[in-house]
Amino acid sequence: MDVEQTVLPGIGLRHEFTTRSGRRIGVVSHRTGRRDLVIYDPDDPDRACETVKLNDEEADALVELLGAPRIVQRLNALHREVEGLVSLQLPISVSSPYVGRPMGEAQVRTRTGASIVAVVRAGRVFASPAPDFVLAGDDVVVVVGSEDSTAAVADLFASG
Amino acid sequence: MHNTAILFLEFGAVVLGLGILGALALRVGISPIPLYLIAGLAFGTGGILPLATSEEFIATGAEFGVILLLLTLGLEYNAGELVSSLKGNARAGLVDLVLNAAPGAILALVLGWGPVAALAMAGVTYATSSGITAKVLSDLGWIGNRETPVVLSLLVFEDLTMAVYLPVLTAMLAGLSAVAGAITVAVALAAVSVVLLVALRYGRYIEAFVSSPNSEVLVLKVVGLALLVAGLAQQLQVSAAVGAFLVGIAVSGELAEDAQALLAPLRDLFAAIFFVFFGLQTDPTKILPAAGLAAGLALVSMVTKLVTGGYAARRAGIARAGRVRAGIALIPRGEFNIVIAGLAVAAGAHPDLGALAAAYVLILAAFGPLAARLVQPLLTRIASRA
Repeated sequence: MDVEQTVLPGIGLRHEFTTRSGRRIGVVSHRTGRRDLVIYDPDDPDRACETVKLNDEEADALVELLGAPRIVQRLNALHREVEGLVSLQLPISVSSPYVGRPMGEAQVRTRTGASIVAVVRAGRVFASPAPDFVLAGDDVVVVVGSEDSTAAVADLFASG
Repeated sequence: MHNTAILFLEFGAVVLGLGILGALALRVGISPIPLYLIAGLAFGTGGILPLATSEEFIATGAEFGVILLLLTLGLEYNAGELVSSLKGNARAGLVDLVLNAAPGAILALVLGWGPVAALAMAGVTYATSSGITAKVLSDLGWIGNRETPVVLSLLVFEDLTMAVYLPVLTAMLAGLSAVAGAITVAVALAAVSVVLLVALRYGRYIEAFVSSPNSEVLVLKVVGLALLVAGLAQQLQVSAAVGAFLVGIAVSGELAEDAQALLAPLRDLFAAIFFVFFGLQTDPTKILPAAGLAAGLALVSMVTKLVTGGYAARRAGIARAGRVRAGIALIPRGEFNIVIAGLAVAAGAHPDLGALAAAYVLILAAFGPLAARLVQPLLTRIASRA
């Protein structure tokens, strides 16, 4: 599934995708924090036929209902507060040497200095996973650290 | 003492009148700008209620209104967006410039107004009102539409073009020689580049300087900085408006949002005064003779904007209905066009320019949002018939 991201100058960002059944939906993220849930007209795929305005709280509620990783949003807030701190979502490819092995074996913190704060698997969030947490293909690992150290984690999971 | 009383009475009546007109515009669902202009026409020389003492005060307020309009416009964008918008939309932006500057310029040349007035009229027909268009997009729920980024990018391109155009116009209106004019333009280009670079690389230092948890301090710092840079720009013949715009661009992030929210009421007040002032300067008896010409010009430049929007949207892979909406959204003209015409009138480019520009903006500021409102039901009907 491809999520398309478009910059709306002066307003914010828009993300959109087409569902398997052919409906196009999107989210407009205003800089003010407002979110618009947008549903496109099946007869005119460029037109937003339904726009639902959501404030922070409502957007959070919707996210929770849909089960997506809200933790990432919280991390982004942290990210803004602490300069130089980067949070990265790393998809683990099925060909990664660490698939099927306990995460501790990668020795991420010792080797890169970055920390793994969560693993997202099929929409479920495993916060603060222990070293014996076994990674699977298509997991998304959330790492926090400096720009260099998080990049090093990406290399580590890709090539060992 | 007596004068102060009359000043307050007149100024109060004008502002209160604008408030009532604004409420009316809100109810009908159009932009208040045309009503403000009409109010200015009524209060001006030859109008039904000429002002006695407050005109000078309103003139200063109007100058301040231009600064605030441009400052808040700049605050809406950050440097990164501007640069990426320039890169991605240069071709559509150039088509916009050529197609829409042409009607005004050609008309002025045909009327024999000379090259300086032609340059001013080119600006009057070129710039879409980003204020009115942004409002139309949000009122009609078009922000989520897929053609909207195309429209917004064109607006950004136009606003950046203004940063180069206004200094050129200011130089030509001042009757500078070719060399002095070239220097002015070079200064303007250098200033724009430096501001973009500084904002991209060192934006946080500006933010650290301006930033304050206290809203009072923030307003004073931002307005002070904008006025200072505007004055400096004016001194260098680069146009005060561009200076304020650049300050707005340099301030970005959350700080820009805060500043924007704080300055909005101030801008609304002084921008309304600016539109009134432009109306004041225009002789209402000249509006009717200019109306036919203005209507023709409005019609031609509506078509050119439709073509522009259609072309840009097609390049972005938007279907036919979306292309029409993109074109319609670009039709409104407003604050910038009046700013340009105001500069030209103040410099005495041509006696009839003010009336023509006023009538032209009156038509398109009123008709643009209306057309946008009417187009969707029409498009839906066509689609259901097909």
